Amino acid sequence: MEWIWEGIKQAVILLFSFDAEIWTITWLTLKVSGVATGISLLIGLPVGTWLALRRFSGQGLLFSLINTGMAFPPVVIGLWVSLFLWRSGPLGGLNLIYTPTAIVIAQTIIATPIIIGLTIAALQQLDPNLRLQLLGLGASRWQLVRALWREARLPLLAALMAGFGSIISEVGASMMVGGNIRDQTRVLTTAIVLETSKGQFALAIALGFILLFFAYIVNYVFTWVQQRDVKSKDIQ
Amino acid sequence: MSETVLTIRNLLVKRGKHFSLFIDHLDIEDGEVLAIIGPNGAGKSTLLLTIHKLLQPENGSITFKGKEIAEIIDLTYRRQLALVLQKPLLLNMSVHKNIATGLSFRGLSKLEINQKIKEWATRLNIDHLLEYPATKLSGGQAQRVSLARALVLKPEILLLDEPFSSLDKPSRISLMQDLRDLLQETNITTIFITHDQEQSLFLADRVAALLEGRIRQVGTPQEVFSSPVDTSIAEFVGIENVLPGRVIDSEGGKVIVEVVDYHLEAIGNLDTGKDVLFCVRPEEITLWSSSTIPASSARNQIHGQVQSIFIQGPLLQISMDCGFTLKVFITHASASEMNIQEGMRLSASFKASSVHLIPR
Repeated sequence: MEWIWEGIKQAVILLFSFDAEIWTITWLTLKVSGVATGISLLIGLPVGTWLALRRFSGQGLLFSLINTGMAFPPVVIGLWVSLFLWRSGPLGGLNLIYTPTAIVIAQTIIATPIIIGLTIAALQQLDPNLRLQLLGLGASRWQLVRALWREARLPLLAALMAGFGSIISEVGASMMVGGNIRDQTRVLTTAIVLETSKGQFALAIALGFILLFFAYIVNYVFTWVQQRDVKSKDIQ
Repeated sequence: MSETVLTIRNLLVKRGKHFSLFIDHLDIEDGEVLAIIGPNGAGKSTLLLTIHKLLQPENGSITFKGKEIAEIIDLTYRRQLALVLQKPLLLNMSVHKNIATGLSFRGLSKLEINQKIKEWATRLNIDHLLEYPATKLSGGQAQRVSLARALVLKPEILLLDEPFSSLDKPSRISLMQDLRDLLQETNITTIFITHDQEQSLFLADRVAALLEGRIRQVGTPQEVFSSPVDTSIAEFVGIENVLPGRVIDSEGGKVIVEVVDYHLEAIGNLDTGKDVLFCVRPEEITLWSSSTIPASSARNQIHGQVQSIFIQGPLLQISMDCGFTLKVFITHASASEMNIQEGMRLSASFKASSVHLIPR
């Protein structure tokens, strides 16, 4: 118990002492996971929308594959991305292994199926006749899609939060493709693993609290946007 | 003479493996309200969606103001029409923003949108609800918003897919009255789907009966509901007594039809020996508890035994075994006064002018 209390105290000290290394790690964590979430959204939202609005044979099989992708272990994705980016691998010439870009690639692969799957679910819960109604009022295809996104904005924000949550907290892929190199690819989760292996439990706990704190801040902003909308709906 | 806005020729639409809609010929005149009636699954919504270019036909043509719609860009064509579905399907935002939906799609300025919304919200008595969240409205209010959202677009053709069927009676009556006034004022051509006779009689200039994917009869509401051209339309429009018979005498606009053992009188000019369907509405028949019916203008008299009694809203439906089954509507008060019970013998009478004959 003393370790936990010590960890909390150290987390506060580390945050407010503006320790350069801690801030480098935190900033890299937020940057890498933020960029990966953004790319996942840019891929996942249109793909999920297209899949939700189309009917084609083999759709059930594809949806089950996407749902499987939502539960993919990050360490397995880390392994495959490493194999591709390894110097002797097919994309070895790009020299991306052990760089922040490699972590972004791995995290994008983790978050994209989650955003696709939850986008499909969000749009399929809307009344199917709503599409006919919007087209019946003269919507172009793009106007239709925007109106449907707006209508499903609450579950779509939940998809974004789930995507971000899945990658800011993962360690396996970041460790394998980033290598946990100090000042270059060390993120909060890999730093926690390192400090724990060194027996620096208080520091590991402190880093864990910092991770939780920033994950909370980001999700608080998303939740605030989401719930502001819920409240505005309740006004009588 | 009014201009034809929409012409449908040899239209074939297939949905799934088993259903096809075929309309060989249908014209819709400028400013008219055409009701398309038919049971569930008859193809009414399929026709409406095809007219709106939301379904692709296999064959045939739809011409809008002299131009085939296949040659008009989808969006350009669709923006000249507006669709209202059975469920209001309002978006999760204010009533004002909901009514603005179609106008925003068309890129109108905020000022124009606000002016139009104000005008139509007032006309549909929802101006006090404009800032209200649409999800909090009652069914009647929501359908008014849905209609305002379509009417504000001033469409060339308004397409209504059973817009009143999910409403309670007071809301339905009030909205039907307001819609009739608005359609008369604005002269908007309207194609209106319903399976309700009352709505067709109240709103429509013409009625097209659509059964099993085919239009079987087009005419004024009175024509279709009182003189259906075949058994299935007769049954659909509520003529529950459709009895096979044969003309045994015909003279001076009056015919005698043999139905089982009865010789019944009807108005018409049909040749003797002609097989017919003898149709009479249950509400046109009067019941008597004695076998002697007082002298009246009702020329047809039938005797039988009560088989069953069913409650149908404010009325009771009495089924009588007269050698054939005769269905009669009677009020609860009359049934109580006559103490009608199953097994009781009763007499029934109806006028010759209440009978509609369908030649076979």
